[in-house]
Amino acid sequence: MKTVIEARNLYKSYDIGGKVKIGVLRDTIIDTFKYPYRLLFKKFNKDKITYKALNGISFKVNQGEVLGLIGKNGAGKSTLLKVLSKITEPSGGEVRLRGRVSSLIEVGTGFHLELTGRENIYLNGAILGMRKKEIELKFDQIVEFSGIKNYLDVPVKRYSSGMYVRLAFAVAAHLDTDILLVDEVLSVGDADFQQKSLGKVKDIAESGRTIIFVSHNMGVISQLCTRCIVLSKGKIIFDGKTNEAIANYLSKEYEYFGSRIVKKDNKKIMQIRKVTISNSNKTPSGVLNISEPIKINIVFDVNKVVSGSVIYANINSVEGVLILKSTDSLNIPKTRYKGKYRSVLELPPYLINSGKYFLSLGCEVPQKNNIKVEEFDHLDAFQFECVDKSKAIDEYGSGIIAPIYQLNTQKLK
Amino acid sequence: MDLNNGANNESKRITVIKPKAGLSLTDLTELWRYRELFYILAARDIKVRYKQTVFGSLWAIAQPLLTMAIFSFFFGKLAQIPSEGIPYPIFSYSGLLLWMFFNNAVNIASSSLLNDARLISKVYFPRLILPIATTFVSIVDYFVAGSILILMMFFYKVTFHPMILLVPIILFFTWMLSAGLSLFFSALYIRYRDIKYVIPFFFQLLIFMTPVIYPISVSGRFKWLLQLNPMSGLIEAHRVLILGNYPIDWRILLISIVFTIIIFISGLLYFKRVERYFADII
Repeated sequence: MKTVIEARNLYKSYDIGGKVKIGVLRDTIIDTFKYPYRLLFKKFNKDKITYKALNGISFKVNQGEVLGLIGKNGAGKSTLLKVLSKITEPSGGEVRLRGRVSSLIEVGTGFHLELTGRENIYLNGAILGMRKKEIELKFDQIVEFSGIKNYLDVPVKRYSSGMYVRLAFAVAAHLDTDILLVDEVLSVGDADFQQKSLGKVKDIAESGRTIIFVSHNMGVISQLCTRCIVLSKGKIIFDGKTNEAIANYLSKEYEYFGSRIVKKDNKKIMQIRKVTISNSNKTPSGVLNISEPIKINIVFDVNKVVSGSVIYANINSVEGVLILKSTDSLNIPKTRYKGKYRSVLELPPYLINSGKYFLSLGCEVPQKNNIKVEEFDHLDAFQFECVDKSKAIDEYGSGIIAPIYQLNTQKLK
Repeated sequence: MDLNNGANNESKRITVIKPKAGLSLTDLTELWRYRELFYILAARDIKVRYKQTVFGSLWAIAQPLLTMAIFSFFFGKLAQIPSEGIPYPIFSYSGLLLWMFFNNAVNIASSSLLNDARLISKVYFPRLILPIATTFVSIVDYFVAGSILILMMFFYKVTFHPMILLVPIILFFTWMLSAGLSLFFSALYIRYRDIKYVIPFFFQLLIFMTPVIYPISVSGRFKWLLQLNPMSGLIEAHRVLILGNYPIDWRILLISIVFTIIIFISGLLYFKRVERYFADII
């Protein structure tokens, strides 16, 4: 097997202490007069805090591998992808890549609303690194995949959100490169479209190209990837088979016992502050009895007036399959004002079967054109275990759900 | 077939990513590989600007035309500023034409990186392409507005000088100067958002230090002051090439060209030095 990606001891650090890098010239000029020596001794500035997004990453990827990158928010997944795609430069270390590299970090990057579908195919293709000749060759395929043939010469600002996403993905899906870096793009559009795009990524994977894939969705990861790297605080904590990696990730990252409290962060427009899981009104626990109702309690802050925001809670199995997604989209008020809110989800007894699960939550606003869901907060909360203390179904049921329905059997005459 | 060969060559290509700063030879080969993106981005900006056709070209014409009208009334008629024997409207319009090209190119290109912030944080391409491609929109504006000059010259019965064919050379250096300043400003703009207020002010002051409103001959013993401004030589030469009213002042033109090249190179070097943190702070 040929090695196509080799990363050696990668570092990426950001300055977060002292002066923030974006500023106004006025302040810099004033500071220069106030502290004339600071500029000279900038390098010795002791109160500079650096945050290491990548902290010594080394790995190799062989040709044809589909590698998943998993880890909590802030673990360094996206930074690693950005370094591999040259969007940002590493602070140390080296990567060698063999062949053409394309990155798909967002669907529809560079689409211009005033331009027509046809013009945008060429523009977006060129932005993603395709040659004009290549785009011409694939033009018909792209148009067919997107299904917008009749609207090719209409400015995309007149497209419906669905059409826009379909066209954007169609261009990206026809990227013909040796190495493809994909970040979370499969989470756009409706369920049908997600399925279609997933199929397309599978096709690409099967054609022998190398893919590095970042996702929060363990279900997608386990379907697509042959190997996974688990990142935590900028370091690789596991590198190996996908199912082992997912198990490792969930056990390492979710050791909380039925309760999670998060520090206030005013920079976030909305923020999940506290989440607990318990049987009815008992104290929160990491082990729950399915013969009693299970209650999930979410407390969140709204730090700025928002409209159309939705709170969601996902329960996934440890294999990554989404068991349940619950939102408050039906009783959502048009606007949420500043303040503290509580959402409660109560599951009836015997809904989910015994087993290990993990809970993740978030708040998001579906943007107008539905290109990318605007996510204010996402919290991979914790892992919990369900047991059946009453032993009502233990001996019989073994599916994902556990309602006490029994086969009704009668002796026929 | 040709395409396959290209793809094969590319499959063998090895990219090395490591910390670096400054200009290197690989940057040049990379720019060449991305030339199509360059054309497409330039075409995008021009298309978007002229999409609402009437308004696009109207604006390109109205801006210098109205300015010329104001200048002609206040400076030409009331203040009686000399214009080397040429009707003042033509005198000022021929200067404004090039000035507007310079002014607009730098103005638009300076915010090009921020306008396409999404592109910078989501895909890789040589960042230089963005401000440079944007400067080309103003060249189209120049030619659109230039057509008015031709009409005006017929109206005032001023003859064209055959040297007008050399105007592209002046255009090239004006573009180079605009590109150099744009690289500098666009990079600064990412870091210092109040550059937005500085740039228009800079141009407002600079036009009075440039022989747009008045001929360079009125400057007398302060001529050296004008020479410090690279636009002086370019505006003078541009006017002389079109109208042929007096010989070119080679000394001023040469100084301007040298300054232009220095500004272009230092803009380029500064841009290359700071571009690596663009995606991190944009």
